[in-house]
Amino acid sequence: MSYVDRPEHRRLSPRARATTIGVVVLVAAVLVGLLVGPVRIGAANVMRWLFSFGNTPAGMSEQQALILADLRLPRVIVAGLVGASLAASGAAYQAVFRNPLADPYLLGAAAGAGLGATIAVAYGPSSALDLTVPLAAFIGALVGVGLAYGLGRSSLGGRATTSLVLAGVAVASFLTAVQTFLQQQRSETLRQVYTWILGRLGTTGWDDVRLALPSVALALATLWAVRRLLDVIEVGDVEAQSLGLNVTRLRLVVVIAASLATAAAVAVAGLIGFVGLIIPHTVRMMVGGSYRSVLPLSVLFGASFLIFVDTLARTVVAPAEIPIGVITAFIGGPFFIAVLRRNRRAA
Amino acid sequence: MKLEKRAGVVTALEVRDLSVELGKRPIVSDVRMDVPEGGWVCVIGPNGAGKTTLVHAIAGLLPHSGSVLLWGRPIEELGRRERARKIALVPQLPAIPESFTVEQYVLLGRTPHLGLLASEGPRDLEAVASALERLELGWAASRRLETLSGGELRRAVIARAIAQEASLLLLDEPTTGLDIAQQLRVLELVEELRAADGLTVISTMHDLTLAGRFAHRFALLSEGRLVADGTRAEVLLPHVIAEHYGARVGVIDDGALGWAVVPLTGREP
Repeated sequence: MSYVDRPEHRRLSPRARATTIGVVVLVAAVLVGLLVGPVRIGAANVMRWLFSFGNTPAGMSEQQALILADLRLPRVIVAGLVGASLAASGAAYQAVFRNPLADPYLLGAAAGAGLGATIAVAYGPSSALDLTVPLAAFIGALVGVGLAYGLGRSSLGGRATTSLVLAGVAVASFLTAVQTFLQQQRSETLRQVYTWILGRLGTTGWDDVRLALPSVALALATLWAVRRLLDVIEVGDVEAQSLGLNVTRLRLVVVIAASLATAAAVAVAGLIGFVGLIIPHTVRMMVGGSYRSVLPLSVLFGASFLIFVDTLARTVVAPAEIPIGVITAFIGGPFFIAVLRRNRRAA
Repeated sequence: MKLEKRAGVVTALEVRDLSVELGKRPIVSDVRMDVPEGGWVCVIGPNGAGKTTLVHAIAGLLPHSGSVLLWGRPIEELGRRERARKIALVPQLPAIPESFTVEQYVLLGRTPHLGLLASEGPRDLEAVASALERLELGWAASRRLETLSGGELRRAVIARAIAQEASLLLLDEPTTGLDIAQQLRVLELVEELRAADGLTVISTMHDLTLAGRFAHRFALLSEGRLVADGTRAEVLLPHVIAEHYGARVGVIDDGALGWAVVPLTGREP
């Protein structure tokens, strides 16, 4: 199927193996996500329900079927979409900025989306939130990345890996400060916005699936289509140009797609950090650096990862929930340091 | 298409009054040179003379004034991809992507032959396999780039340029950082490719002895200006090198050992 697969050399290429593992893990994550919850629904019932496609199978109460259909399934789907979006946009930002530490959260994209969404919630017409929140989040994400990239390039002197991240952190702090200020101004929406910032999947329903799915699908399809070109950009702007690539245009397209995915994730789930860092780097360790593998596998593993983390978030201190962003930060902080150290050594 | 014929030789590249400014500072000024098809021209000159800038401008990577004609056509008229199918660049300090296999890396050379969203076909994989074979890297196809030695890595970068199947090969300091055996190996492989495929080669080099043994013509740049252009016997002369490099050298042409530029230090151990 491609140059990576060489049946004459080995039985299963690293990519084929990682894809198989990824699919198995995703199926497991979905099942665990459906199985775990305050109301006990046995594994056999969950399977039977899954294969009866919306009907209530025998031996299962209406209520149990409703819990699966209207609470757990949409939540699992949204967690999967959000995880896939954050992981894929992390990989995409890392590619076009040629920076292993780029992540929607660290770049200011998520904070920008957060500010945009807050403005929409606090000041926008409450009747059209389904439209205004994702749109404002998208614009905010682009503004965040644009600011971070512009500042990281100009004021901090260019190419150092850390300058983009420093600029991103500065931009994120600033945008978050503006967001906090706006929240305080509008204290009646304070609680609503606050729970949402920390990452909320607790109130997820099919509305959120409908809200996120179109943008996520469009963004991921775009990134998937250009994954071969992301490899070309790995040799740097000058060499990529000498290979006939329009680097500026590719970077623009990828940043827009990644920001769209980030914004969709933020709009339904709030600020969830580090997924875009943890997943692509883990995938690279498994299959190497080519984005033809890194991108699709990040989607797969990102989805599984966030479904698992969300399941954890709603069980550890049940009946209460830990904000999902707290768990990803708990894993991601140390991971970030490890990547930074590894990168320092290499540089 | 206008082909300038001179004594039966086709001119692959014509550079006319080429000037490049970077940040308002002139780096290359009014360079005029011709490169015959199938020839090897070496751009020499001291550090900071503008060699790399000249090579990048010829590759169409820098805004410039004057003109660069490729087989009679201005490079500005060529689209990006068309240009990349004609000119391949091996940069001085190639960026080495992390955790790529040699094959994945050389495959990047096929970029200008592929539609924007297309993926590689058998023809592309063949070109890659052949490029690896010719650079004696067939064994390393599934090795990671970071496991290669300096010489192997340099050959991998050249293999990428060969997979590009361009007719003009630009080599910016192809031997820097290599030991003497690897320097020779790289240059001999380039010479083989040139002779076999009729490639036109433009290289920059600091080692004047090696340059003098491989290239046919020499373009000496000094402070961005072309100060000498001609054969070894016309350009690589002690007083010319002394004037523009500020180094005392001797040129020997020993019947048995061949031609060499040697530095004169005034002290022998």
